[in-house]
Amino acid sequence: MKLKTALLGALACASFSTTAFAERGSDGNVSIIYWQAPSILNPFLSGGTKDVEASSLIIEPLARYNQDGEMVPFLAAEIPTVENGGVSADLTSITWKISPGLKWSDGSDFTANDVKFTADYCMHPEGGCAQLTKFNGVTNIDVVDDLTLTVTFDKPTPFPYGPFVGGESPIIQKAQFENCMGAKAPECTEANFGPIGTGPFVVTDFRPNDVIQMVANENYRDPAKPAFASLTFKGGGDATAAGRAVMETGEYDYAWNLQLAPEIIAQMEQAGKGTPVAGFGPLVERIMLNQTDPSSSLDAETRSTAKAKHPYLTDPAVYKALSLAIDRPLLVEIGYGKAGRVTCNWVPAPAAFNSDKLSCDKQDIAAANAMLDAAGYIDTNGDGVRETPSGVPMSMVYQTSTNAVRQDFQALVKQWWSEIGVEVELRNISSSVFFGGDPGSPDTFQKFYADVQMYANTFNGTDPQTYLGNLLCDKAPRPETQWQGENISRWCDPEYDALHAQLSQTAGIEQRAEIGRKLNDMAIEGGAMIPLVHRGRLSAHANSLGGVILNVWDSELWNVADWHRVK
Amino acid sequence: MTNSTEIELTKPPRSQWKDVWDQFKTHKGALLGGVVFLAIIITVFLGPYVWTIDASTIDIRARNQGSSLAHPFGTDQLGRDTLARMIAGGQTSISVGLAAMVLALFLGSMIGVMAGFFKKLDGPLMRLTDLFLALPLLPLLLVMMLLFREPLNAAFGPETGIFILIVTAIGVTSWMPTARIVRGDVLALKEREFILAARSIGTKNSKIISRHILPNVLSPILVSATLGIANAIITESALSFLGLGFPPDFPTWGRLLYDATDYLQQFPERVFWPGIAISLTVLSVNYLGDGLRDALDPRVRGR
Amino acid sequence: MLHFTIRRLTLAVPTLLFISLIIFLLLELAPGDPMAQVPLTVPPEVKEKMREALGLGQPMHIRFWKWIVQFFWIEPQVMIDWIFHTNFSEGKLRVISWQTRSPVMDIVIQRLPQTLWVVGVAYVVGILIAIPIGIYSAYRQYSVFDQVGTFVSMIGYSVPPFFSGVFVIVIFSVNLGWFPSIYDTTHVVNDWDSFVVQLNQMIMPVMVLALQITAQISRFMRASMLDNLNQDFVRTARAKGLGERVVVMVHVLRNSMIPVVTVIALGIPSIFGGAIITEQVFKVNGIGQLLIGAIQANDLPMVQTLTFMFAVLIVLFNLIADVLYGILDPRIRYD
Repeated sequence: MKLKTALLGALACASFSTTAFAERGSDGNVSIIYWQAPSILNPFLSGGTKDVEASSLIIEPLARYNQDGEMVPFLAAEIPTVENGGVSADLTSITWKISPGLKWSDGSDFTANDVKFTADYCMHPEGGCAQLTKFNGVTNIDVVDDLTLTVTFDKPTPFPYGPFVGGESPIIQKAQFENCMGAKAPECTEANFGPIGTGPFVVTDFRPNDVIQMVANENYRDPAKPAFASLTFKGGGDATAAGRAVMETGEYDYAWNLQLAPEIIAQMEQAGKGTPVAGFGPLVERIMLNQTDPSSSLDAETRSTAKAKHPYLTDPAVYKALSLAIDRPLLVEIGYGKAGRVTCNWVPAPAAFNSDKLSCDKQDIAAANAMLDAAGYIDTNGDGVRETPSGVPMSMVYQTSTNAVRQDFQALVKQWWSEIGVEVELRNISSSVFFGGDPGSPDTFQKFYADVQMYANTFNGTDPQTYLGNLLCDKAPRPETQWQGENISRWCDPEYDALHAQLSQTAGIEQRAEIGRKLNDMAIEGGAMIPLVHRGRLSAHANSLGGVILNVWDSELWNVADWHRVK
Repeated sequence: MTNSTEIELTKPPRSQWKDVWDQFKTHKGALLGGVVFLAIIITVFLGPYVWTIDASTIDIRARNQGSSLAHPFGTDQLGRDTLARMIAGGQTSISVGLAAMVLALFLGSMIGVMAGFFKKLDGPLMRLTDLFLALPLLPLLLVMMLLFREPLNAAFGPETGIFILIVTAIGVTSWMPTARIVRGDVLALKEREFILAARSIGTKNSKIISRHILPNVLSPILVSATLGIANAIITESALSFLGLGFPPDFPTWGRLLYDATDYLQQFPERVFWPGIAISLTVLSVNYLGDGLRDALDPRVRGR
Repeated sequence: MLHFTIRRLTLAVPTLLFISLIIFLLLELAPGDPMAQVPLTVPPEVKEKMREALGLGQPMHIRFWKWIVQFFWIEPQVMIDWIFHTNFSEGKLRVISWQTRSPVMDIVIQRLPQTLWVVGVAYVVGILIAIPIGIYSAYRQYSVFDQVGTFVSMIGYSVPPFFSGVFVIVIFSVNLGWFPSIYDTTHVVNDWDSFVVQLNQMIMPVMVLALQITAQISRFMRASMLDNLNQDFVRTARAKGLGERVVVMVHVLRNSMIPVVTVIALGIPSIFGGAIITEQVFKVNGIGQLLIGAIQANDLPMVQTLTFMFAVLIVLFNLIADVLYGILDPRIRYD
């Protein structure tokens, strides 16, 4: 193995010795550690972030988002827009032009047929493709010539960049996956574990849930890249160990997603071997407020459904007081440090969509108490817990997934809410149950058998239309939908639904952003949730590793071709 | 002279338990273990009356502090008093540890003796043991939580409910080694001469088990007990960080140790306290067990 | 004894089938969903389609039957093919993991080397240290050696590996820089130098695991030796004029081995089962890590297969222990 790498490196050096300064494979080996290990290198069969990011070293989309959330062409020659004629004037089709001369890592030509095949592969009805939403509304894909293809949508689509853009929608080779369509997908282990790609690296050994070894792609489009001759991608362990391996012992060059207390990160940084980097996408840690009654005395058909309204959480005085009692800057300081910001919004990024109407960075227990007093929520029996005007004690169940930072947040919020006379019972649930959709389990976040629950959510790419659609009335999980649905708080406002329908027909980034901000404000002021922290992504790289640009809009490893050793 | 012999004669015969106690008293390790164990129990159960700071009160300005008069053991990352959390955590850990250990020991010894002594029961009981050994722990616990959490909460309230559930969960998943060890010993014992002798004079099975078998398998049971208490305390912490245990604001020694492990380099004293507490408890139970074993062994007693 | 062994082996088949059914039902009943690790950005309709593609739409008994066929009929064929280069299994669907969409057995075989290296070596080291300690501690009860042994082993047992593992990493990897903190599963041993590298990377996980194993076995060994040291047959042996070494190492030891054999037999299946926490801490990524990952991802075929293989080993080694009882103490009869 080592010898082979060295030979490849030498070969690469010899064949490109004419290039001025950087040479392919001149910097040896680079090692990356993800504390969640990739299980498969086919992102269409697994939606997991770890798998998508690992595969992004090998297979690439037509265009990616850069660190600012702007689209940049990768395999495409340019980004199609209405202005350059790439997107039709009625917004129903988009024409991609592929940059000429591209080769797959096996030396064959990259053509529009591969791109079309990728769409067919994912849209196969029996395939169970995880990225199917990327192809929402696609009716037809025409290969115009070897380097041009047109995607047609069923209706005017103001944002036609779903298919083939971003790390979740890379192009796979037709020749390799032709016999792996639909139900046959799992039989193609070899292809799923070592896809042929156009990216800077090629898999030599894939061990599921453990380690991947790669070497530089000889047919990569830029003859000077990648600077590394080989790459080791280790998975497993926990975030602390990953951070330690990069910043303290220097065994690894890059560690992904270090969700650790700020003190720990700071202490690791002191060791002087690595640097943490943070970037902010639209990820928000929030407390969802159940609009319906989760009381265990109700029967299964009524509990946590729209048939029973929550006794007090739908009252603006209550949810505003709950929000006012929270010290968000402190939460950021304790839980996330550099990787967190105070936010009052559900959609804090991209910047155009971030509403500035609300402010929430000041805790005010007295004002919160006054607000509850004025609305008639008074502690009548002297037990320290307020009762609603109709006599229901304000005692809530607060659940979240198991995670050290979340448990600290729970403890803090419990204390603050007890200061305004609201009693809280805490519960934490293993994330494999909490985020699973098992309709038989009472502990899933969709079932929401609690008054409030905390978790984080985000969206892919830069357009929040689908994400904003999560709060539409008919998306509420309920027995009829087997408890599936994205409207977790069961919040419902017909005006919101109407405005969202308007968004889906609006083109033009300015107007879309304006409607988006309005929708965000409606949801927050209407009490669907209490946003807590705008969470960033914190990763770390060794000080000897150059070229790292943290990108939260696409795969973190998007520019691995530019990574190099600092001398 | 005669007088004294008379007194000797009228004195009731020394009871067996008094002999045991006399022997136990001379065992220094056992006495020390007993004293330490009692001290730990007294501290964690009566401690809250002396050290009145509440274990869940957050004083965010005082976070990450070292030892001081106000907080002798320092404070954690949210400014909660570590001493108060150690005391509160000890109550849960010791109760869970003891209760689960007793349950596992009871189940294990019973099944082991039954299987070893009665040939007819050996097959079924040992296959049951194999089954329990093979069951994956986590899914089993998840199923138990799913089935029994709500009914137990309704019957006993959330805290007692979860306590019963955790003790049962740990108990029913850790009796198997004890059962296999006890059975192995019983298999050998029941062929010994003294058992045959007891049987030949018509001693009932129940009497043979309680008078002859049980005292002779005591030492592996006592070793299981010491290892079991450590196991139960640690398993409880594993359950809580998997989200299957007590509510998250409920400190236990295992969880304090787990949470502190991340801060090992910054605040090494934070792992020290729960680590010491668990080790001390296990050690003291171990020495108690040693003393008890020696005291109950008539051959050693004479020495 | 041979009769007994054959009868037990035949009985093991229905037992194991029953165990596999119970495991299957347990996993079915457990809450959890293979889609739990798919990000929230993937909508429920798509997740439903993915579940169907995994075969979750089929009724329970069909899925159980499929697993039985795949595991007991197709997998052995694959093994035969692999050994004799035949092609019985061609085109037949093997037990496929939901996480990786690849045959479970391939991954298990890939994981075995590191599991055996680390957990296996730890077990051997543990036993080799524990038995002499146990014997000597009992022989010289309450001597300084015994006291120190007791103290160290009890502390060792009561410190959980999630702490002791991190502790040795901080000392030996971060501060001293002697050993790597991350185990390299791709490392190949082919000469002395690479063997030294392998030793370097195993030493910490082996240390942590062996401490627990030593503690456990030495306690049972000591207790059992103590029980036998004062028995009449020991006195008889001494009276016969046998040397002290023979008395202790032959007469007492042989009679004290029953509990120890039980504990070791219970422990050997766990060598293959791996050590979940220690493997996680040192990133050994053996079978233990595979199992816990599969449980967290609700990868039912993987969990079912792994637990079942574990069950086979448990039944087998408990049988071996029973046979050994008979050899150690000929008075034990099963027939």
